[in-house]
Amino acid sequence: MSERLRVHVDPEKCQGHARCKALAPELFELDEYGNAHEAGDGTVPPGLEDKAWLAKANCPEIAIDVTEE
Amino acid sequence: MTDVNQPTAHPPVTDWIHDFDHTDPQWTEDPFPIWDELRAASPVVHTERFLGCYLPTTYEAVREIANDTQHFSSRRIIVRDVRPEVARNAAPPITSDPPEHKPAKQLLLPPFTPDAMKKLEPRVRAICNELIDEFIADGKVDAAARYSKYIPVRAIAHMLGIPESDSDLFINWIHMILELGIKDESKLLQAVQEMTAYFSGHIETRKNKPSDDLISYLMNARDKQGNPLEDSHVLGSLRLLLIAGIDTTWSAIGSSLWHLAKTPADRARLIAEPGLIPTAVEELLRAYSPVTMAREVVKETTVSGCPVKPGNMVLLSFPAANRDPKMFPNADKVVIDRRENRHAAFGLGIHRCVGSNLARMEMQVALEEWLKRIPDFRLDPAGTVTWSQGTVRGPRQLPFLLGKAM
Repeated sequence: MSERLRVHVDPEKCQGHARCKALAPELFELDEYGNAHEAGDGTVPPGLEDKAWLAKANCPEIAIDVTEE
Repeated sequence: MTDVNQPTAHPPVTDWIHDFDHTDPQWTEDPFPIWDELRAASPVVHTERFLGCYLPTTYEAVREIANDTQHFSSRRIIVRDVRPEVARNAAPPITSDPPEHKPAKQLLLPPFTPDAMKKLEPRVRAICNELIDEFIADGKVDAAARYSKYIPVRAIAHMLGIPESDSDLFINWIHMILELGIKDESKLLQAVQEMTAYFSGHIETRKNKPSDDLISYLMNARDKQGNPLEDSHVLGSLRLLLIAGIDTTWSAIGSSLWHLAKTPADRARLIAEPGLIPTAVEELLRAYSPVTMAREVVKETTVSGCPVKPGNMVLLSFPAANRDPKMFPNADKVVIDRRENRHAAFGLGIHRCVGSNLARMEMQVALEEWLKRIPDFRLDPAGTVTWSQGTVRGPRQLPFLLGKAM
């Protein structure tokens, strides 16, 4: 349980639905076209793990990876 | 076969699996059992109507087609009785394929980001309240004709910088293009001509006097080589924004209110927990997705194991995909707090709706303001709910009684 999560958006798959930004604004950022990328290096701060999984589960393009380190 | 100037009456459907028709009254009224029947039969079904058309019935088949721009072209995106000449109705980027698609789309995206929508939100909130002011004292209202219809049209007019008071003009063009135009090409052409003349006037005005709106934004846009867009490109994009931005969200807001009118438990929950409204909006978008797009098969291939042949159209039913029980548990139920929801209401792949952030904001604000001021409402048993036919499905007549039942 103490493992850190990391999120990553595949820029080839992202189409800018922006669901991740709505559900986990701390973990994702949008560019000028509204396409998403992970905030910083994608490390999920403690307490935001549920939001990371929720963002992944709501991405229509299956563009988000959540990995455990 | 068919005289293009004569609207054709379609024979009623008796065999949905081999002869489906999305303009049949039964589909318009209640498409959900039809989709379930077709999905149980095959992931892809075919009809000889509309000069030949496929319908993918599963989420997976819809995703495969949406992501395959090699075999499925967007040059025609509405299934009609006729196949109008391609160039005449071009509205980039929705009618574009790669490689032209990406630059045309990137041009339209910046004005529609979630941040841009936050700036527009106060105006939309005011529009909702102005509309409610007009009927709240009456005790009854047609919520489709007097509320959901006018929110998106006024919002998009505000963004484009054209008078909100021209709303009925725009609504009539859209009706001619998306509904009457399916069976009567002359209506389609007339509407496109009128829109072109209307927007040409607004473009001319801005050549002398630029303004801070979406029309000027498009006129000032430059392509990768630094050249301004041709007038025809600007006009096509304006036509697209108006057509795509209006009866789609009108339908989504209307269907949402229709659901809440007949589901007091969901209504009570959203009033008690307004923070749940964004989640509810996603579920209502899934369950009552308004928009069905189309593709044209340009190369032979297979979809979910089914062969598809060039020359046919494809009715790309995001609404049917969103009712696929393999993808969504309890797909036929509105689960107002559904947490995992990869619905495809705004499409999948490169043609994801440019206005999705706008539509979501409008739906959220429309429901918030309505529920704040009209917490109690129900379908008027003396009235009839009617639904639009064809490409965009939503209530066009939505008679409500307002206030607590006596």
